[in-house]
Amino acid sequence: MMDIVKFDNIRKIYEMGAEQVKALNGISLSIQKGSFWAIMGPSGSGKSTMMNILGCLDRPTSGRYFLEDKDVSTLNDDALSEIRLKYIGFIFQSFNLIPQLTVQKNIELPLYYLGWDAIKSSRRAEELAHKVGLEDRRAHRPSELSGGQMQRVAVGRALAADPHIILADEPTGNLDSTTGNQIMELLAELNNEGTTIIMVTHESYIASFTQNRLHMKDGKIENIEEG
Amino acid sequence: MHQSRFIRNIWLGIENLLLHKLRSFLTMLGVVFGVGSVVAMLAVGEGASKDALRQIQKLGSNNIIVNSVKSVEEESSTTEHSRMSIYGLTYLDYERISESFPNVQQIAPAKLIRKESRLGSNVLELRIVGTTDEWFELVPRQILAGRVFNAEDVRGTSAVAVLTEYGARKLLATKNTIGQTVRIGGDTFEVIGIIKSETGQAGNIQIPDQQIDAYIPLVTVRKYFGDVFSKRTSGGRTRELVELHQIIAQVDKTDNVEATAAGIERMLQNFHKKKDYEVSVPLALLKQAEATKRRFNIVLGSIASISLLVGGIGIMNIMLASVTERTREIGIRRAIGAKRKQIIIQFLIETVVLSTLGGIVGLVMGIVIPTIITYFTKMPTVITLQSILLPLFISVGIGIIFGLYPAINAAKVDPIIALRHE
Repeated sequence: MMDIVKFDNIRKIYEMGAEQVKALNGISLSIQKGSFWAIMGPSGSGKSTMMNILGCLDRPTSGRYFLEDKDVSTLNDDALSEIRLKYIGFIFQSFNLIPQLTVQKNIELPLYYLGWDAIKSSRRAEELAHKVGLEDRRAHRPSELSGGQMQRVAVGRALAADPHIILADEPTGNLDSTTGNQIMELLAELNNEGTTIIMVTHESYIASFTQNRLHMKDGKIENIEEG
Repeated sequence: MHQSRFIRNIWLGIENLLLHKLRSFLTMLGVVFGVGSVVAMLAVGEGASKDALRQIQKLGSNNIIVNSVKSVEEESSTTEHSRMSIYGLTYLDYERISESFPNVQQIAPAKLIRKESRLGSNVLELRIVGTTDEWFELVPRQILAGRVFNAEDVRGTSAVAVLTEYGARKLLATKNTIGQTVRIGGDTFEVIGIIKSETGQAGNIQIPDQQIDAYIPLVTVRKYFGDVFSKRTSGGRTRELVELHQIIAQVDKTDNVEATAAGIERMLQNFHKKKDYEVSVPLALLKQAEATKRRFNIVLGSIASISLLVGGIGIMNIMLASVTERTREIGIRRAIGAKRKQIIIQFLIETVVLSTLGGIVGLVMGIVIPTIITYFTKMPTVITLQSILLPLFISVGIGIIFGLYPAINAAKVDPIIALRHE
């Protein structure tokens, strides 16, 4: 199977005044297409930086990042935006829905930036609302939804542009265990359908839904469990 | 596809503005009042200057008007009772002007006397205008009935009079008009025609005709009434000898008006010991009126641009606050894949929608207010296409200028930080 993500000695160094903080200190890693990964580690271990670079929200200080054999480590802001739009779907701990938009419009958001026409996007959003079990909530605004429902909308939105990878940053962090489980089941189902998912979590129970677990410490890979 | 995205952006902008209806409305007010005052002021200004121009054009833009004036010395010396004051334009002046200025095409003299006139029990004090047939060409007015004088009337001493509509109605009432005889002073005159009259003033020049005019051939006036008039004043009787009160000369080309007027002025200076005449040029007034209008527009424009500037700053202020408030939204959009340019466009369109909406509301206000002014004060107001389009362009411009900085600020938002923003 082909590698969808390949990290080659990635470093991310922040200058904090006179001090240098090595958030990532030489990470090399390959992630296969269709796999389900959990990135784990204590806070400050570099998980978030790792996610930002994986998500093309940030560029590494050095090293190379290949996304589907395309070197994205030196792309400019516009090109990175394009990569995020077409390759990556994000799911966040705090859902990050746009409050003034309805469920339907939130799911449609990536399609709007892809330039889809209104009718096509609307049909696609309907389909996804159905998939995440919110077809009867499409006209609601996020404030009218429960946490679990909001995260389902976020999953719908992440899937809208048919991304190559889904990046989930503590997707169950703000949910109770029952709804958290339901979201994990939804993610597992998506993975079964072939979507590559990389998830950050610090809960080993949540991580147990995945096949591969990457433990980080002080900006380095501590160990990798492959399932 | 690109166009449809533009329209969706506008809708998105409107939806976002509707989320904060009161805030958007208050923000808009600056532009509403700015644009409203621009349109209203332009309408009032345009109306006033149109009115002035119309008045001036009634005087004839190619005409030169020379009036007799009582000089200051004359005014004071006439306090002695029995003295007779002699001043003003003479028959000779009239002949000299008509003969020595080749540019003067037509020239009409006017001798003005107030006389009581009566028909049966109707009495009206008329202003007798002793003139020639050329008057009616220099001061063209609509002939309502009968005819004006011809060359024959002017040459002879026929006792004919042309009345104005107003005078005719007062004096003749419902009687047969043309051919009727009226008594003016002590003599009988035949009414040969009735014309419309104008009243009013343009700049400092009185319109040559009045409502109570009776036009009688100059030669006739001299024969019946003579050149000397006595007036009863508080100090007793004063006697005046004025040959002509007014000379109106028409110049062939607009370009020659000013030079000819200067020439007439110089000539009169040579023949008159005192300055007992005054040369006025409607064209100069016309130019002056246009210059005044320009100045007026500049002043109004500056005032309006200050209010528009204030309105624009208000919009910018609110948009900057809105960008801060929506940092997280911007972060989400950027994470999903929106380019910086698209964030700029989103916020810019929102600002432009806000300012343009304000512009449209202001435009309506600026059209309604002059209409109300006209209704209550009868002051003319004119709304031109230019005075509608200009403020609209300006309000779009304000949206772009004052929206650009907040929009660029929005695009600078770092998605990583913004997503952590609470």
